[in-house]
Amino acid sequence: MTVPWRLRLNPILCTGHALCAELLPEVIVLDEWGYPILSPVPDELLSLARRAVADCPTLALAIEPAP
Amino acid sequence: MTAPATAPSERRLLAGYHALGRPAGLRDHRARYGALPSLGPEPGERAGTRLIGLLDEAGLTGRGGGAFPTGRKLRSVAESGRSPVVVVNAAEGEPLSGKDRLLLAVAPHLVLDGAVLAASALRARRIAVCVHSAESAAQVESALAERGPVRSVAVRVVRVPGRYVASEETALVNHLSGREAKPAFTPPRPFERGVGGRPTLVANAETYAHIALIARYGPRWFRACGTPDAPGTALFTVSGAVLRPGVIEAPLGTSVAGLLRMAGGPAEQLQAILTGGYGGAWLPIRRARTPATPAAFAAAGAALGPGIIVALPARVCGVAESARIMRWLADETAGQCGPCTFGLPAIAEDLAALADGRAGETVWRRLHGRLSAVAGRGACRHPDGAVRFATSALRVFGPHLAAHRHPGNCPAAQGPGLLPTRGGR
Repeated sequence: MTVPWRLRLNPILCTGHALCAELLPEVIVLDEWGYPILSPVPDELLSLARRAVADCPTLALAIEPAP
Repeated sequence: MTAPATAPSERRLLAGYHALGRPAGLRDHRARYGALPSLGPEPGERAGTRLIGLLDEAGLTGRGGGAFPTGRKLRSVAESGRSPVVVVNAAEGEPLSGKDRLLLAVAPHLVLDGAVLAASALRARRIAVCVHSAESAAQVESALAERGPVRSVAVRVVRVPGRYVASEETALVNHLSGREAKPAFTPPRPFERGVGGRPTLVANAETYAHIALIARYGPRWFRACGTPDAPGTALFTVSGAVLRPGVIEAPLGTSVAGLLRMAGGPAEQLQAILTGGYGGAWLPIRRARTPATPAAFAAAGAALGPGIIVALPARVCGVAESARIMRWLADETAGQCGPCTFGLPAIAEDLAALADGRAGETVWRRLHGRLSAVAGRGACRHPDGAVRFATSALRVFGPHLAAHRHPGNCPAAQGPGLLPTRGGR
């Protein structure tokens, strides 16, 4: 299955609030310091992914078409 | 400044210095190379066309560490259609590199020629020459004074802080735009939006010097030495246990052993070579026949970087050296991205535990996890370089790590460190 969307993180803006990992644990896991590690977004989680982007307190997340 | 070694087989950038035995003033420079050729653009011609064609054909790649095709970089800048800013990166953040400083000291006009050629081909109105030391700044200023004003181009010399990541290209763009000299998140890359929002060409000082020669002698001349994939010569800063440490010029594709010979040869028995600097990688001495090209080095687990070669003697403990350097790399984080700010000190701590004989199975496992968790997660490549360095240390000094299972079992680890971590800064 091709995954047409991916999340993109601006690591300078990210301060590790970790809201995204709570909303989207299938796609976002946290490293030992609490910073997100991203995987591709499957179609069925697209709306949750958009919510994670919108809810990020530092606006560090974006969603964009995968290249 | 250490004098370059004598009698390499091919010399281009340093030919004038070796013939004169002193830095070249403008008269020396003109006598040797003649006037600057004109590469347009003519009215109606697309900016950069001729110069980009020459650089593509020559196969010149950036000499600052990225080895990106220079012609392609110029094309990206030209495609914006706007008047760009030309930035000469001679800030040389790697403590073990001295080639750009040497080049500005002995052949500043070659560097300035390249920058002026690029600026006029791209219709740039501004050139910024970025250096770290006051000495380099004075050398560039006096070379500029000799040349007089450049027609329709404003040239300024800018000093850059000595921090490791300050010479990264987005950090330079930030610095030149009046912000703190720290890396930025990309895209947009500098060729899209750089200094003051303008498209910006950032290239290494040595790269501009090669441009000056390619414009005069052509791509075929440039390809007459080096390899088909990595043509031309490059400057290498060779240090550590060699008899004549210093900056040498050699064709790309010269073996590591050949580079050591040009620096006088090993001063004692060697165990490994640090390639590419502290953001580079260790290469075991048994692989010293590896040719110095970006591809061959990468295949051998090494890194060409900005041409740094350091000979590590057999008597020194590679694990202890690596732990010390890793600590320095951790301290040099810009502190902007979490995985780098917290990951590099954590990796440094694990390596220190290994070196001190305090590391059990847990530390080993944790270290491997951390090394794979941090790479690729910063805005710049600093964490990637640091992880590559630490990973290569475990690989190359792996057999010796057995001696570090218990504290005090490696007497060499107790000695003073060999490799500098301040670089006189």
